[in-house]
Amino acid sequence: MLLTQTMPRPALIRQLDVFDWLFAALLWGGAIYAFNLYGAHMDSYEKGFLFGFAAIFSALGWAWKPIRLLLLTVAIFSLLGIADYHGNLARAQSSFFLKYFLASQTAIMWMSVLFVLATLTYWIGFAARSEFAEKVGSALTWSALTMGIIGLLVRWYESYLISPDVGHIPISNLYEVFILFSIITALLYLYYENRYANRQMGAFVLPVISAAVGFLLWYTFDRQAQNIQPLVPALQSYWMKIHVPANFIGYGSFSLAAMVGVAYLLADKGILASRLPKLEVLDDVMYKSIAVGFGFFTVATILGALWAAEAWGGYWSWDPKETWALIVWLNYAAWLHIRLVKGLRGPLLAWWAVVGLFVTIFAFLGVNMFLSGLHSYGTL
Amino acid sequence: MRFAISLFTVLAIASIIGTVLKQNEPYADYIIQFGQYWFTVFAWLGLYDVYRTPWFVIILAFLVLSTSTCIYRNMPSMLREIRSYREQATEQSLRHFHHYAEFATHGNPLNLLMRYLDAQGYRYKQVHNNDTVLLAAKRGSANRLGYLFTHSAIVLICIGGLLDSNLPLKIEQAFGIKRLETRDIPESQVPAVSRLSPDNLSFRGNVTIPEGTSADVVFLNIADGYMVQDLPFRIALNKFHIEHYSTGQPKAFASDIVILDKTTGLPLLAHTITVNHPLTYDGIAIYQASFGDGGTHLNMDGWNLFAHSGTPFPVTGAVHDKTELAAGNTRYTIEFTDFRPFNIENLGGNDTPQHDTRAVLGGNAVADKKNLHNVGPSFQYKIRDPEGQAHEYSNYMLPILIDGRWYLLSGMRDAPNEAFRYIRFPLDPERTLAGFMRLRGAMLDPALFPEIAQRFTRSVLHGSDVDAQAKLADSTVKVLEMFSKGGYKTLSNFIETKIPAAQRDEAAQTYLKILELSAFEAYGIAQQQAHLPPPKQDDETGWFIRDSLNTINDIFFYGAPVYLQLATYDEVQASGLQLTRSPGEFIVFGGSGLLVLGVFTMFFVRERRLWLLIKPNQVLFAMSSNRKTLDFENEFLLRKQHLAEILKEN
Repeated sequence: MLLTQTMPRPALIRQLDVFDWLFAALLWGGAIYAFNLYGAHMDSYEKGFLFGFAAIFSALGWAWKPIRLLLLTVAIFSLLGIADYHGNLARAQSSFFLKYFLASQTAIMWMSVLFVLATLTYWIGFAARSEFAEKVGSALTWSALTMGIIGLLVRWYESYLISPDVGHIPISNLYEVFILFSIITALLYLYYENRYANRQMGAFVLPVISAAVGFLLWYTFDRQAQNIQPLVPALQSYWMKIHVPANFIGYGSFSLAAMVGVAYLLADKGILASRLPKLEVLDDVMYKSIAVGFGFFTVATILGALWAAEAWGGYWSWDPKETWALIVWLNYAAWLHIRLVKGLRGPLLAWWAVVGLFVTIFAFLGVNMFLSGLHSYGTL
Repeated sequence: MRFAISLFTVLAIASIIGTVLKQNEPYADYIIQFGQYWFTVFAWLGLYDVYRTPWFVIILAFLVLSTSTCIYRNMPSMLREIRSYREQATEQSLRHFHHYAEFATHGNPLNLLMRYLDAQGYRYKQVHNNDTVLLAAKRGSANRLGYLFTHSAIVLICIGGLLDSNLPLKIEQAFGIKRLETRDIPESQVPAVSRLSPDNLSFRGNVTIPEGTSADVVFLNIADGYMVQDLPFRIALNKFHIEHYSTGQPKAFASDIVILDKTTGLPLLAHTITVNHPLTYDGIAIYQASFGDGGTHLNMDGWNLFAHSGTPFPVTGAVHDKTELAAGNTRYTIEFTDFRPFNIENLGGNDTPQHDTRAVLGGNAVADKKNLHNVGPSFQYKIRDPEGQAHEYSNYMLPILIDGRWYLLSGMRDAPNEAFRYIRFPLDPERTLAGFMRLRGAMLDPALFPEIAQRFTRSVLHGSDVDAQAKLADSTVKVLEMFSKGGYKTLSNFIETKIPAAQRDEAAQTYLKILELSAFEAYGIAQQQAHLPPPKQDDETGWFIRDSLNTINDIFFYGAPVYLQLATYDEVQASGLQLTRSPGEFIVFGGSGLLVLGVFTMFFVRERRLWLLIKPNQVLFAMSSNRKTLDFENEFLLRKQHLAEILKEN
């Protein structure tokens, strides 16, 4: 009877099926295996990270099922790629699988191509109202995401092959964080797509990822930025491993919100409104995305302060990057205030979200290009 | 509220100005940049240290105060709200809810509804009134704690920040208790009025310690002056290290320091600090901030550019030190400013004598790509004439191969904001500078010109008539004289004023040819005078002669009486340390933790209330939330559907 379905509170843990448990077991098994293998070389932070990630990703996989398949695929192919190197970097050119699929450069190229294809497909689906094309768009985005993560993970391994002292997590310069940005924005988008069972937003969100990919390609072919560089002393810190991803969850969310804001503005004017989801849905995605972004941006800024206290001699020294992070933070804090406290809705907030993206882009790129400070890790 | 928003806007604009305008630069730089008038205006506004100007701090303090009042005023009602179930709701008011539904029922569904609320995670209160029962339920009340947490966090962070600011010092300055020192005097002579005691609550200062020495103060750079902060201990630097990756990029900056007891001088603690790994001692954190030269001893060969001899004289000096040089009746001062043991960057060197070890620039994906190789040591100095005019020079110690030929490079500039212009001293086929200097001596010595001219004429016009020979010899002497007075410039002036336009090109070609060939003869004479074998007539010598002529010409614009060639050096490095005491740090971090907690509670805990008024044969259902979101709308519909089903089955 219905009562039994509605009555018990739907606790997550009771909804888990056998695959969920298998997934968690695999993750923890992997973590324990890695610990046995390398535990002796790890400091307490790294041990914390290892098991922390097993816990976080188990929970993520349970809360949002597609993560399970994503992680599994990524794990299998990254490990294959790593194994195929046989500890020799030169094999990137000689091994068939590495050269055409799994070497980090190749994987990242695959990611780039797939993201661009996904953008086109979403637009075809959007224009032709073809659900099939949109499904293909989703599949392409998932594949691009997979290749991107594989690319980063294999790159991480490759950096150690260059020399053990060069090895580091690949989120240390502008080239690498653009990959991170593409991945995180895609992942956030796919979550909302899944959650709202709506693929039309893809036509708006994917272009921002394609723009990042465009930059990445220019950076690769024009500036040869793809080579792995060793870490300067200031970046040799475990804080980097959490500060940077937290920041990019923020940046990714804000970009996503801005693109949904564009869709909102169009729909509000009656342009393409029949193809887009309802205004309330767009508004809700925009709000949630900014809320998530704001949360993570807060965390990232605080982590930055903690790191600065260790590296620069003070948790806050009004470095241009810090100041602009504060401006971005205040901007979105004001956005959330107006919406939550004053209850404002409508095109003004959408415009604001779009403008917010430009403020964010300036904080992310403009500060490095135009202002001088300690945090200028990526000039063009 | 509107006032607060305007203040926030002012702060935001001020902050943006602070990022665009480089903060805390030497005042002289600002004057150059803006001119005297705007410099004064900006200084009055405090834009050079905008985050510490009184008006900025006062606005910040005001915002903290207004946020605090806001919390104080709202807290009681918020706490009441959190606790309250709003069980006073009447039938009348429920019917006016936007989210409202009613269901017909028979029997008493109370227990069933209570079980439902339990199962859905709602907490509730029952109110019995005659024949009706009200279930007032709520979920996610913690949402309102989010408000308290975030706003208190901001107050905490600002208080912590204020504690660590130099506010007390500013006040002391305003009342004249403390005064900035602007004179460039030894630290020991700085008077007490510009010194801060070791008990100072918070400070952030820098000190540069050369290897093998120690310091017990740091300097606080403020506006156009500084203050001396006395430390409760003494820091000695044993050694400063830089490690490099195999690719040449820096891998680690480290200082081996020893903390010494200030009175007894006994070592208390030895430690190596690196970037990202500071040492905290006695509540003071010690950071690796920069490095530079600590007074490297330099032994140089001085090549006199006035008296053109082929032998150098010895010069000694040390970085950050000066030495006197007499040339005729004029006394020059040489100020040695920097030394670098290696130059891995491209030629053209950058010119900051202090290197910030904390910068993350090297993480740049495209940095350091072009022709990375070590071109050896270089040193920098200024030569100041008696009028106080100075030119700055940057000389490389080792010769550098350019287009297959070896040169010694010396950069020159007139002002610190210019780039160095490099002059190349060609090495003779024996790979020494002496050949060039001898050749230059001969080319600038009028007594030799007739002989040079004769040898030259003989070599080109053997056997022809005497008249022609004498005529050519004459022109040659003229050409040599002109060149010796001002290089190519004098020659071209002559051509432009004395020769008709149609023949100028041809004349220029001829003069250059004469110059080049007679320079070869001059070199021969110079070699002979130095009892050295005559020059070979090969390509190498040819290029050497041509390069030498260019360099002789360039020296007319070199501006120095001497070229200093580095022979040996004894490097002494210095480490720049930053020392801070920031008692507000933990308050700020505590506040930060609270902020994160608050932000996540605010956005991810949704508050909603639900009322079920159970009457005989009817159930009224209403819902409300402090935030209207799509999730709430969906939940209302879901609850409505559930309730309809539950009540039907009942």
